[in-house]
Amino acid sequence: MTAVAAKRWPFLVPLLVVAALVGIFGKRLLDVQQGADPRLLPTVLLQTPFPEMDLPPLPGRAQGKGTLGIKTSELKGTVSLVNVWGSWCVACLAEHPLLMELAKSDDVPIHGIAWRDEPTASARWLAQHGDPYARIGQDPRSHAAIALGVTGAPETFVVDAAGVIRYKHIGPITPEIWRDTLQPLIASLRP
Amino acid sequence: MMRLVLVLLLAASSAGAVNPNERLGDPAQEARAREVSKALRCVVCQNETIDESSAELAKDMRLLVRERIAAGDSNEQVVNYMVQRYGDFVLLKPRFTAETLALWLGPALLLGIGALMAARRLRRAGAQAGVTQAAAGLSAEESAELNKLMAKTNKDQRS
Repeated sequence: MTAVAAKRWPFLVPLLVVAALVGIFGKRLLDVQQGADPRLLPTVLLQTPFPEMDLPPLPGRAQGKGTLGIKTSELKGTVSLVNVWGSWCVACLAEHPLLMELAKSDDVPIHGIAWRDEPTASARWLAQHGDPYARIGQDPRSHAAIALGVTGAPETFVVDAAGVIRYKHIGPITPEIWRDTLQPLIASLRP
Repeated sequence: MMRLVLVLLLAASSAGAVNPNERLGDPAQEARAREVSKALRCVVCQNETIDESSAELAKDMRLLVRERIAAGDSNEQVVNYMVQRYGDFVLLKPRFTAETLALWLGPALLLGIGALMAARRLRRAGAQAGVTQAAAGLSAEESAELNKLMAKTNKDQRS
């Protein structure tokens, strides 16, 4: 009996392979069902220096707002958020009130990358909805967005005082994400 | 007429989403840009190459590929630039690394296992067939007659 069973073991291989595949695919399906977005890409830029860029400032911002663009070397010295956004981006509007609140509390400087946008459209959008940004750099042809591995707006990077990317959030920042993830992270990055 | 439509369709598909004003002046460089673009995945639509995608980010990626090629980068340098930012995911043809070992060798391995099992089974079946023939104790003459009969029956059944 055992001799026959031993001889037949290769016929169990397909069954084992199918069982393994069912396990792998089943886990992924359950993950997606529980809210994992199958389109999200893993971020490969974590713990790497913020890519070199020197983006021109946005003209036409309201009085008292910054006139500086985004230059990588100037991001060093303090923890900051870099938010990739555009006036064409509907989801950006969803997180905008939160960004305004953060800007008001002066907790952490928020820099904006105006991605694939007309400067006049960006400025109009900010005049209408409020301008939470310390610096704004224009990225009309996605050079900065591609350098940052951006796939869609909004995306927000946490950059530490040494200019290293410590976190990337894809999609709008919700109050929960701010409270549970970003705020503790930013606090831990401060000396 | 039908043929003309077909030819036009094929021509359109091979042109991809590359606009005439995106093309590089140097045909050799443009050909390299096309080759690189066809190896890179559009990160918005995910199952198209950036060469064929009409997404705006894909267009900007195509332009960046051309910019870097025109600036003197090798094809490999351009691809590496994208991989550094978007990860291996941006490659439509995965690289041969420790992580993708199973992906590349899995099918060959499965084929090998299948072939091994099939060979064993065939060998066993062959051995068994040999045993039955010997047990039946037919002489060469009897075998020949049997074959003839079977051939005849087959022919009758077919007609």
